Amino acid sequence: MTEVEETLKRIQSHKGVIGTMVVNAEGIPIRTTLDNSTTVQYAGLLHQLTMKARSTVRDIDPQNDLTFLRIRSKKHEIMVAPDKEYLLIVIQNPCE
Amino acid sequence: MAPKTPNKKGTAVVTKKQNQEKTKQALPVSEEVAATNMENMGHPEIYPLVLTTKTQEIFNCRVDEDVTDKQPYKLIKKADIIADFINRAAVSDFYPVKKLVQEYPGDELLLVYDKDFKYGLNFYLVSTEEAKENYLKSPEEQEEQEEPREYKEPSPEDTYIYKPPVSKPWVSLGSEKEIEEETVKESTKPITYMISRKRGQFGAPFKFSDQNASSVKDAYIECTAYPDKNFTLKHLEKEVGMQVIPKVNDTSTQTRWVYPKNATTQYYPREFSEEEKETIGQSKPLIDFLNNMSISVEIALQQNEIMNTFIDDWKSLAEDEGTFGDKTDTHLKEYQSFTDLHNLTEKMITCVSWHPVIYGLIAVSVAVRFSFEERVQFSGKLLLQPSLILFWSFSDPIHPQLMLESPDDIFCFKFCPNDPNIIAGGCINGQIVLWDISAHAERIENIKTGSTRIKKATLKPMFLLEPESNKETMYIRHCAVSSIESGHRKVITDIHWLPGTFEINRMGSVFENRSGISCQLVTCSADCTICFWDIRTQRTTTQQTDKKKEEVIEVPFDVPPTFLHLDLSWKPLCRLRLSKSETTLDHCPTKVSLNDDDASYRTQDKTLPPIKVVKAGESPYYNLEGGMANHLKPIEDFCTKFFVGTEEGEVIYTDWKMERDPDTGRLVPKKPVSLYAVHDGAVHTVQRSPFYKDIILTVGGWNIAIWKEGVMSGPLLQSSCAPKRFTSGHWSLTRPGVFYIGREDGNIDIWDLLEKTHEPAQSQSICITTITYIKPWTFSAKQQFLAIADFYGTLHILEIPWTLSHPSTNEAASMSHYFEREVKHLEYVEQRRLIREQEKKEMQLEMEKKKTKTYKKSKEVMDAELKADYESYLELEKTILVNLGLFKVQEKKSYMDI
Repeated sequence: MTEVEETLKRIQSHKGVIGTMVVNAEGIPIRTTLDNSTTVQYAGLLHQLTMKARSTVRDIDPQNDLTFLRIRSKKHEIMVAPDKEYLLIVIQNPCE
Repeated sequence: MAPKTPNKKGTAVVTKKQNQEKTKQALPVSEEVAATNMENMGHPEIYPLVLTTKTQEIFNCRVDEDVTDKQPYKLIKKADIIADFINRAAVSDFYPVKKLVQEYPGDELLLVYDKDFKYGLNFYLVSTEEAKENYLKSPEEQEEQEEPREYKEPSPEDTYIYKPPVSKPWVSLGSEKEIEEETVKESTKPITYMISRKRGQFGAPFKFSDQNASSVKDAYIECTAYPDKNFTLKHLEKEVGMQVIPKVNDTSTQTRWVYPKNATTQYYPREFSEEEKETIGQSKPLIDFLNNMSISVEIALQQNEIMNTFIDDWKSLAEDEGTFGDKTDTHLKEYQSFTDLHNLTEKMITCVSWHPVIYGLIAVSVAVRFSFEERVQFSGKLLLQPSLILFWSFSDPIHPQLMLESPDDIFCFKFCPNDPNIIAGGCINGQIVLWDISAHAERIENIKTGSTRIKKATLKPMFLLEPESNKETMYIRHCAVSSIESGHRKVITDIHWLPGTFEINRMGSVFENRSGISCQLVTCSADCTICFWDIRTQRTTTQQTDKKKEEVIEVPFDVPPTFLHLDLSWKPLCRLRLSKSETTLDHCPTKVSLNDDDASYRTQDKTLPPIKVVKAGESPYYNLEGGMANHLKPIEDFCTKFFVGTEEGEVIYTDWKMERDPDTGRLVPKKPVSLYAVHDGAVHTVQRSPFYKDIILTVGGWNIAIWKEGVMSGPLLQSSCAPKRFTSGHWSLTRPGVFYIGREDGNIDIWDLLEKTHEPAQSQSICITTITYIKPWTFSAKQQFLAIADFYGTLHILEIPWTLSHPSTNEAASMSHYFEREVKHLEYVEQRRLIREQEKKEMQLEMEKKKTKTYKKSKEVMDAELKADYESYLELEKTILVNLGLFKVQEKKSYMDI
């Protein structure tokens, strides 16, 4: 198993995790555990949101940068870990 | 004499010049001057004087001796001054004020030493009594002449006495004139108008119309514009800027501009192909990225797993909104009880059902308490008595509202879920009986209004009452019975309406139900079969009815013709025989639980559309058409498995779909999926939980078991043997973990799985005999009843207290957790069993191996030993031969020699 697969599998095996995906800088999904339409939707929307969040942080303080983005909704929590080239998106259902 | 200056007191004034006669050097006194007073300084009573030292001696007002700073005044007697006049005449210093002194009213005059020469001379005389008094009262301050010092008001006493203001009469100073001028007075009397109109004209319809203003005079007033010469100005000079430009033309048109606008956009997302994904997936940056990011992501995931930080602790701390009633009151309260007093034979209640729609209406089926032999013995008597289903209402505990007649004792019956006027019941002889009470539906709806009739009835003693006289308690005949030959052979133990969402054909395959109403029944009976029945006309049977037309029995006129097509010719749609494979004995089913079986409970759910009491003539059951199974769409993935409880105490999970037996080609029911012998006696309750579709409660013999559909290893919970036999059971309708069990000693056990799982949470004694049936029903959030039927024919209605009917906040979640835990426990047990078996096997293998190994080893060793022996023997032989010289030692030639 490649390292990439292993890491993704480890993340996916956490309690409550609904789906994991890796998206490139343009919002095109590279790896995913959900079905295609859901993945594409999440990737597009979250990519835009991450861009916006990052620009917000940098506008306030140009030395600062976005490290992690967590969106908590009624049903689950979406975690986005941004990077220069990729985005790691994890959807978890935190409640029991 | 000097001219007199007038002063207020009118005393003589002496000119100032007389003051010159003061010094010892005699000044030429030629004229008499009059003393002047200080009127020009504002004090007309002050007369300055010069007093020589001689005068001072005479009058004892020597400076700095008699008259000091502290006491700068002296009161001098008038007589003395006059004496001085006589003595010294013009030389006297007082001569200038002679007249004044002579005219002075009082006896003593005040002479003040003017140290600062305020008045010009070193002494002055005060001419009036008033001033003298004033001076004496405030000796120091009064003399300061600069300006009157207002802050040194004369206060002869040290303490200040408050004098309240005394009202004085108002002195007019002319202000009332101003006020008069300013006030507003009514110049004329106000005019009153009274406007009236006839009452009839108020609110009368009015009609507005247009009229041309110019046509009617006085309809308008206009202010016309006119040229005013004042405002006309002739513009004589004007400044204008000029510029030369090329000729310009301006034109315009109106056109309709059509511009393209995006209405919809169709796109597909950008995606990578598989190879690209692979290449990117293996690239180094991605690996680094994941390695870096997964740490923080995992931290975040773990945070969520540890604790939900967004829980509102206050909200979750709160208990239910407000409890109605006492929390400690967990006792079932007796509400009402019904006994049929008219029929005298001892009867027991076999089945109870609440009317699904009407409040307070409950139906019971009664049967005689005879065993088989007794039935045979008294069969003649039994034929005369009708077997009944009684309808009881809360408003009348003595008289049943309706009595449904049936050919034989009913052991189970059910209201149709879509139309509560149709009731299907199973008889002791194996027939299914159908009733249609639509004609009486209105009567039973309006039972509450019939309370006046009850009052009349109580006046007469009971034995005079006949069932028909006071009220129209009618015997309603059944409208259809099933065929005797082709139906069941023995008592029907359970009957259910199949829900209106699907229907079954003769093979047992499931199809969708176009009509949307329940039109099929399932029954199980003691002849070891389960039958499916359809209440619609079957095409196959129509041919037979043609033949039977001559034999048609005259139907009484009051029976509705709903199911006439079925009467006596009703055959089951499909029959399942529960057979045990090895023996010829079959399973004898007592209760059946299908997948969506408890639709009748779900009707209390708000999400389903409510059933209305259908009026006669509107029931959809009148126009049913059946046998169209070929045109219906089959439902895929329908679970056709169901639970059956048998008389031997087994719980069977089997399939109703028939399959073709490869050998015989007949339709054969499938083998049961699982079978468990769990109960010690006949299973009399197999029921799905109203909250969880796959949790089933089975009660039988002396214990109870809870099963989960799909878990094949065994029951989730199996209680230990109880001291008394359990005879009936039912889930609670509102609390997921509560169920009621009736015992044979008349007690009811209330089990609460969240409280205790090894024994009932509560036990209450209801009656003295066996409880035969329990049925709870919810009427509202606050009122929940439990109907308990006993062996002696009495129906007890008990009210369930708040604590038993109202679930706690997370009861459903806790119960599902409990069931999950039990499932896991079972899995664990299974696994342990497997592991144990594994271990056992391994141990055995080990043992065997050991044995074989030792055996092998010994064999090898023996071989080796033999070989060694042989070799040593050979050696021995060789040496002996050599010693004997019989053996020629071959010289070994080395190869080198060759």
